[in-house]
Amino acid sequence: MVKVKINGDECEVKEGMTILQACEEAGLEIPRFCYHDRLSIAGNCRMCLVDVEGAPKPVASCAMPINEGMSIHTNTQSVKKAREGVMEFLLINHPLDCPVCDQAGECDLQDQTVAFGPENSRFDENKRSVDEKHMGPLIKTYMTRCIHCTRCIRFADEVAGVNQLGALNRGENMEITTYLEKTLDSEMSANIVDLCPVGALTSKPYQFEARPWELKKTETVDVMDAVGSNIRVDTYGWKVKRVLPILNEDINEEWISDKTRYACDGLLTQRLDAPMLKNNGRLEETDWKLALSELKNLIEKTNPDKIAVLLGDFVDTETAFLTKKISEDLNIKNIECRQEGCRIPFNHRSQYLFNSSINGIEDADCILIVGSNVREEAPIINSRLRKQVISKNIPVGLIGENFDLTFDHKYLGNDVNILTDLLNEQNSFHEKLKSASRPMIIIGQSVLNRDDSIQIYSLIENITDKFGIVGEHWNGFNVLQMSASRAGTLDIGCYQRNKSLVDILNEGNKGNIELVISIGADEIDYSQFKNSKIVYIGTHGDNGASAADIILPSAAYTEKDAIYINTEGRVQYANKASFPPGEAKEDWKILNQLSELMSLNWSLIDLDDVRDWLFSSYDFLDVPFAERDQRFVKLLENKTKDDNEFEQKDTRTIKEKKYDTLHGNIKSFEENSAQKIFQLSWKELTDRQREYLRKYNHPETWSEFTEHSGFKVVNDIKKKNNIILPYEEQYARSLGKKWDDLTYNQKKWAYTKRNKNNLIGLADDADFSPEGIVVISDNQEAYYAEPKDIFFDNKRILNSIKDFYVNDSISRFSKTMAECSRAREEIRNPIREKVS
Amino acid sequence: MSEQLTTFSFNNKNHETALQILKRYPEARKQSAVMPLLDLAQRQNDNWLSRDVVEYVANYLEMPFIRVWEVVTFYSMYYTKYNGKYLVQVCGTTPCWLRGSDQVAKACKEMISPEQNTLSKDGLFSWMQVECLGACVNAPLVQINDDYYEDLTYDTTVNILQSLIDGKKIEVGSQSGRKSSKAVS
Amino acid sequence: MLKEKDKIFTNLFGEEPWSLQSALKRGDWDNTKSLIQKGRDWIIDEMKKSELRGRGGAGFPTGLKWSFMPKDPNLNNYLVVNADESEPGTCKDRDMIRNEPHKLIEGCLLASFAMNAHHCYIYIRGEYFNEAVVLQKAIEEAYEAGLVGKNAAKSGWDFDIYVHRGAGAYICGEETALLESLEGKKGQPRLKPPFPANKGLYGSPTTVNNVETISVVPAILKRGGEWFSSFGRPKNTGTKVFCISGHVNKPCNIEEEMSIPLKELIEKHAGGVTGGWDNLKAIIPGGSSVPLIPKEICDTVLMDFDSLSEVKSGLGTAAVIVMDKSTDLVQAIARLSHFYKHESCGQCTPCREGTGWMWRMMEKIGKGNASSSDIDKLLDVTKQIEGHTICALGDAAAWPIQGLFRHFRDEIEEQLIKKTRAA
Ligand SMILES: Cc1cc2nc3c(=O)[nH]c(=O)nc-3n(C[C@H](O)[C@H](O)[C@H](O)COP(=O)(O)O)c2cc1C
Ligand code: SF4
Ligand code: FES
Repeated sequence: MVKVKINGDECEVKEGMTILQACEEAGLEIPRFCYHDRLSIAGNCRMCLVDVEGAPKPVASCAMPINEGMSIHTNTQSVKKAREGVMEFLLINHPLDCPVCDQAGECDLQDQTVAFGPENSRFDENKRSVDEKHMGPLIKTYMTRCIHCTRCIRFADEVAGVNQLGALNRGENMEITTYLEKTLDSEMSANIVDLCPVGALTSKPYQFEARPWELKKTETVDVMDAVGSNIRVDTYGWKVKRVLPILNEDINEEWISDKTRYACDGLLTQRLDAPMLKNNGRLEETDWKLALSELKNLIEKTNPDKIAVLLGDFVDTETAFLTKKISEDLNIKNIECRQEGCRIPFNHRSQYLFNSSINGIEDADCILIVGSNVREEAPIINSRLRKQVISKNIPVGLIGENFDLTFDHKYLGNDVNILTDLLNEQNSFHEKLKSASRPMIIIGQSVLNRDDSIQIYSLIENITDKFGIVGEHWNGFNVLQMSASRAGTLDIGCYQRNKSLVDILNEGNKGNIELVISIGADEIDYSQFKNSKIVYIGTHGDNGASAADIILPSAAYTEKDAIYINTEGRVQYANKASFPPGEAKEDWKILNQLSELMSLNWSLIDLDDVRDWLFSSYDFLDVPFAERDQRFVKLLENKTKDDNEFEQKDTRTIKEKKYDTLHGNIKSFEENSAQKIFQLSWKELTDRQREYLRKYNHPETWSEFTEHSGFKVVNDIKKKNNIILPYEEQYARSLGKKWDDLTYNQKKWAYTKRNKNNLIGLADDADFSPEGIVVISDNQEAYYAEPKDIFFDNKRILNSIKDFYVNDSISRFSKTMAECSRAREEIRNPIREKVS
Repeated sequence: MSEQLTTFSFNNKNHETALQILKRYPEARKQSAVMPLLDLAQRQNDNWLSRDVVEYVANYLEMPFIRVWEVVTFYSMYYTKYNGKYLVQVCGTTPCWLRGSDQVAKACKEMISPEQNTLSKDGLFSWMQVECLGACVNAPLVQINDDYYEDLTYDTTVNILQSLIDGKKIEVGSQSGRKSSKAVS
Repeated sequence: MLKEKDKIFTNLFGEEPWSLQSALKRGDWDNTKSLIQKGRDWIIDEMKKSELRGRGGAGFPTGLKWSFMPKDPNLNNYLVVNADESEPGTCKDRDMIRNEPHKLIEGCLLASFAMNAHHCYIYIRGEYFNEAVVLQKAIEEAYEAGLVGKNAAKSGWDFDIYVHRGAGAYICGEETALLESLEGKKGQPRLKPPFPANKGLYGSPTTVNNVETISVVPAILKRGGEWFSSFGRPKNTGTKVFCISGHVNKPCNIEEEMSIPLKELIEKHAGGVTGGWDNLKAIIPGGSSVPLIPKEICDTVLMDFDSLSEVKSGLGTAAVIVMDKSTDLVQAIARLSHFYKHESCGQCTPCREGTGWMWRMMEKIGKGNASSSDIDKLLDVTKQIEGHTICALGDAAAWPIQGLFRHFRDEIEEQLIKKTRAA
C-alpha cells in the first residue's frame, strides 16, 4: 500500500495503481475519453489531466503511476482550465450534429461537454470533414465525429486480435480506418460501437431506429452460443431494437459477439404467430384448441415406442424439463437433444461441461484444443483464451482442422493418432502438458459427433488422467458446447443413454417412427421420417416448420422468462423483454396445456411452479454456481473470497455507467443509499454491502428492484427503517412533494411509471404491500399470467436477495431462503385467487 | 496479412540489400526494417509506392498491412502516386522564406506547373512546397530527388530546371559557389 | 573570438576530405583505446566536469544523463544518436555528419562504452540522403580499420553501429518518437514514464543524444573536461556551433565560444544584419521553437542557455534566425505555425486540433481580418496547448506565437486597425 494525498485527504491505495485509479478508489471521478480499463493506456485525449505537487505541468492521470507521498489535486483552477481546453479542442472540429446522431443520449462527448465544456464556441474557422469509411455491414461510420481516442484500434489489436484498424496520416489529417476500408475480420467487431465514446462508430442495423431514452431495457441472457453472455435487450413496444453487452466478469466481461448483437434482427421476421394444421398438404391457420386436440389424438393413437421427441438448440431448461416429464408420463423413450448425433453415454455432468469455467481460463498454463474452432464456436471464450495466451505467453496446441485463432498456437495435425502419440509421450507437445501445473483441454463438438467418438473420448480421458488435467485443485477438462440449450437439456437427461439421433433417424427411415414431436429442432433431416406426422413447437418458419403437420408457435428467447445453463454449467435467468407475437405462447404453457388435455395432473399455475418442480427434481441446479461442483471449491478458495459469491450484475451499459460516473450519480447515490439502507456512511460499509449497493446503484435498477422484490423482506426493511428508496423519492420530488405526502394514486403511479409501455392500468388494490401490485397488461393474455412476472419475485432477483441475506453478516437482514419463499407464497396466493 | 497482389518483388540487387538491411536489427525486431525497405522498394518502383509494393513489404516483414500503411501515410517521404522523373521540393519555412523562397516557388510554378503535386506537361517533373529541409544557412533551397541545390535565386532555379530538361549536368549544393555552410569571404 | 586551435570541428565546411585518412590527420581516433581503458567512471566524470549540456535543444547535462543508464552488464543498453535535425533554422548536424563523420563515430564508441551499450543507431533524417551515404561509408571505413566492430579500436569492447534513415517527420526528433520510428512504427511520442533510460529502444535502457553532443565527446575526453568548461560561463560551457540564417549578409555555420554576445556573433561571423544592425527587427535565437526577441534585447543578450531563458527565450539548437525591418513578422511566425500544424503527429488532442487552429488564426491576423480580441483568443489557445500535450511539440508550437505578441502586440494591433480602416 502506498500513501498519497488526494485534494488534501490522505488515503492509502494499492501499489502500481495509476493516479486515475487511485482517484476512483477515493471516490473521485476523473473525466476521460481514451482510457478504458480493458485496453492498454494511450494517454492521448488529455482529458484526465490533474495537478501533482512538484510537477511542472499537469499530468495525464490515466498513465501516471502513483508514488509514495504524491499529492494530487483534481479540482484546481488549472485542472479545470485544462479540461475546458481539451473539450474545446475536441469540439472545434466535431460536427455537433447530435440531433441526427444515434449516439445522442449516450454520448461521452455530449455528457462531458455539459460537465466540463466551455460555455460557447470560439472557433470561427471551417470545420474539418472526414470521409465516411466502410467497415462492413455492422458498423456505420461517421468519421467527422471521431475524436481519435484510438479505443477501436486498441480493441481490434488487443482483444479481438485482428490488426486491421489503424490511424492513417498525421496531425489534423489523422483518420481511423481499416486497411483499404475492408470489413473488420472479427466475430467481435461491433464491440467497437460500444467503445467509441462518440457517434463515429455506430451500429448500422440500428441506424436511426430509436433514441435510447425511448427504449425499455431488459437485462437477460444470450442464446446464440453456449456461453450465455449477459446482455441487455432494448425494446420499443414489441420490437427488439438492439442488444448490448452487460458486464459479467465471469462470462463475457463487457463484450459480446457480433452474432449475439445482431441476431435480434431475426426476431422480427418469419415468425410463427398462429397455430397451424396441415390440411390436404397445406398448412392452414387454426386455433389453439383444435391444434392441441389434434396433437392429443395423435399421441393417444400412437404406440409410445413409435413416438420420437426431439429438442433443438434454443430450448430453455424449464421446457426441457416439462418435455422430459411428458415423455416419462407417456412412456416415450425416444427422446434426444443432441442434434448433431453425439452418442457418448455420459455418467456425470462434468463430462460435458466446461469445467474450468470461463474465468478459470485465466489460471491455465497450457492449453490443448481438440477439434474446435473456438473463434467461431464461442468468440467470447476465444477472446479469454487470447487474453491469457498473450499476457502469460502460454503454449497452445491444436488438434483437428487448423484455424486462425487470433493467437499463436502449435498446430499438431488432424489425426486421431496424435492423441495416442500424446498419451504415449511421442508427440513433443506432451512435454508442455507435463510441465504445466494447470493444463487445460478443450474438446469441440466435432469430436463428440464422430463415429469413433467413443474411442476418442476415452483416449482424451486417459490423457486427462495422465497429465493431471483434472487434479485436486484444478479441473481443466472442458467440453465446449455450441448451443445454449445443450448443458440444460443434458442436465435434465433429454437424451438416450446408449443411442443417438442417428438411431432414431434410422428407425424413421425404416418407417418405425409414426409421430415426431419437435421442440425447435431445426437442424434435423426430417425427410428421414417416412411415415410420420411431425409436430413442431417453434418460433420461426424454418426447416422444422416446413416439415411439420402441426405447428404450435412459441416464444423466442427475448420473449420469456427462462433458465439457461451455459457450457460451464452455470444456471442463468433470462428475462422477458418483449412478448411473443400473435398467438404464440411460452413453451411451458403449451406443454402445460397439453398435459391438462392429456389429464397428466401436473397442476401448474405459473412458471414458478415449474421452477419449484424443476429444482426439487434436480437440486444441484438451485445452488450458487460456486458451490455447484465440489471440485471447484478449493480452487475458488484461493481466489478472493468475495469474487464468486454471487454473479455480479450491473444492468447499466458501459455508457450508462460512465454517464453516472461522470455525473457523480454513483457517489451521491451510493452514499445516500448507504445511509438509508445500512445507516452507515459509505466508508464504513463492508465490501459485501458496497457490492450490494453497487449492483443496484442505478436509479432505474433500484426502482426495478423495489418493484420486483415487492415482498415482505424489503417491505419490512422499509417499514422498520422508514426507508424511501431513491427512485420513489425522486419521483415524489419531481412533484415537489415528500413521499409520505403523495396520494395513493401518485404512489401507485410512481411504482409503475417505468413500465408504462406495457401497462395501461392498475388494479384497484394495487399498492406496495405484501399483496403486491396487480397489473393489467395491454396484452390481454398477459393479464392472467403476467402480473407477478412484471412486479414480483423472479428467480434471479430472489436468488440475489437470498445470496445477500444469507451471506451478509448483518444479522437483522439475515433472512433465510425459506423465509424468502414464504414471503413469496404470501404474495402469490392472493394473486392465484384473483386469477382463478 | 491476407490476399495480396503479387506483381512487385525486389530485384536481385535489392534482395541482397534487403537482407543486409535486416541484419541491422535484432532478429525478433524485423519490423524495424520497414522504413528502409519501403524506401528501397520505392526507389525500385519509380519513386512511388503502389498498393502491391506496400503489401509486398508487409509480407516480407510479416507485418499487418494496416501497420505498414500507417507508416506510409505518416511519413512525408513515401509517395502514393507517381511524381515524375524529378520531384522538386521547395522549402518554404521561415528561414528560406526570409531569403526568397517565394521566388523559387515562382520559378517552379512557371517551369513545371501552376499547381503543386501535378506533373509537368512533359511528365518530367512535379513540384511541391515542403517544410524545413534542414539547410537553412544555405537558404533558399530545393531538393530534387536525393540532392540539395542551395543558395538559390529565381534565376538559378530556372537554370537548374532548364538544365534538367536539357539533360545537362549541374553542380549539386550551393549555387553561389561557396563551400557548404561557410560564410562567403 | 574562439581561437583556431580551440575549435573542435576543424573541417566543419569540408575543406578537406571527410575520409578516415584525412580524419586521422586531424586527430580523430587518436588514442581512443587509452580513453576507454581509463574506464567508465572516468569518462562520465570527465563529462560531468566539462559541464556539457545536450545540444539537441533541451540542454540537459550530458554527464548526468549518462549516469542514469543502468550498469547491469546483462542488460542490452543502446545509444541512439539523434540526427533528425529538422528544427527550422538548424543545420549544424548536417555539416558534422558530411564533413566530420569520424568525430561522431568515435564519440559513439566512447559514449556507448561509458553507457554499457554494445549497439548504437544513428537516426538521420531521410532528406539527408547524401549525408547518410557519407556516414555509412565512414562507418564502413571504421569497421575495416577495426575501429568499430569486435574489439573496437583494440579496446576489448565490442561495438556495432548502424545508420537508420528517417522518412520525413520532424516529430521523429523527439526522442521517444524517434524510438518508435526506429522500431518500425509511426513516430508518435511515448508517454513518460517510463523514460528511455529504463525502457527505450526494444524495451531496453537507451540514451538518445544529439549529433553535436556526441561529436564533441572525443575532444572533451582528449583535452579534458576542464578545458571544455573553460569556455563560456558556468553551466553554459564549451564551444558551440551556431547556425546563422535569415537577414544577414553572410549566413553561415560557425563554431564559437558559448555565451558570446549575440550581436558580436552576427557582426563578426555573418557579415552583420542586412542594412546594418539598426535595421534589425527581431531574432529567433534558438531555432523555430523558441520565442523571438526584439532588437533591444538582441543588443546585449549572450548566446547561452541561462541568458536567453532570462529574456523568456531559449538557446534551443542555437539556430539564429535574423529578421530585419522589412520582415512581416506575423507572416514569419505564421509560417512556423504552418510548420507545426504540418508536423504534429496527431496523437494528442491539444496539439492535433490546436496547431491547425493557431495557424488559421495567425493567417487571419496576417491578412488583417482580425481584431484585438482575436489576439486574446489566440493567446489563450496557445496557453491551452502549452503543457497539456504528450511531448514538447505542443509547447514548441505555442511559444513562437506567445513571443511574437509579447513583444510586438501593439505594433500588430495598429496594423490591424489600419487594415480594417482601409477595407
Ligand atoms: C518536437 C521535438 C523535436 C526534436 N527534434 C530534435 C532533433 O531534430 N534533433 C535533436 O538532437 N533533438 C531533437 N529534439 C530533442 C530530443 O527530444 C532530445 O532531447 C535530444 O535528442 C537529446 O539529446 P541531447 O541530450 O544530446 O541534447 C526534439 C524534441 C522535440 C520535442
Ligand atoms: S504534442 Fe503533438 S507531436 Fe507531440 S505527441 Fe502530441 S500530437 Fe504528437
Ligand atoms: S484518459 Fe488520460 S489522456 Fe485520455
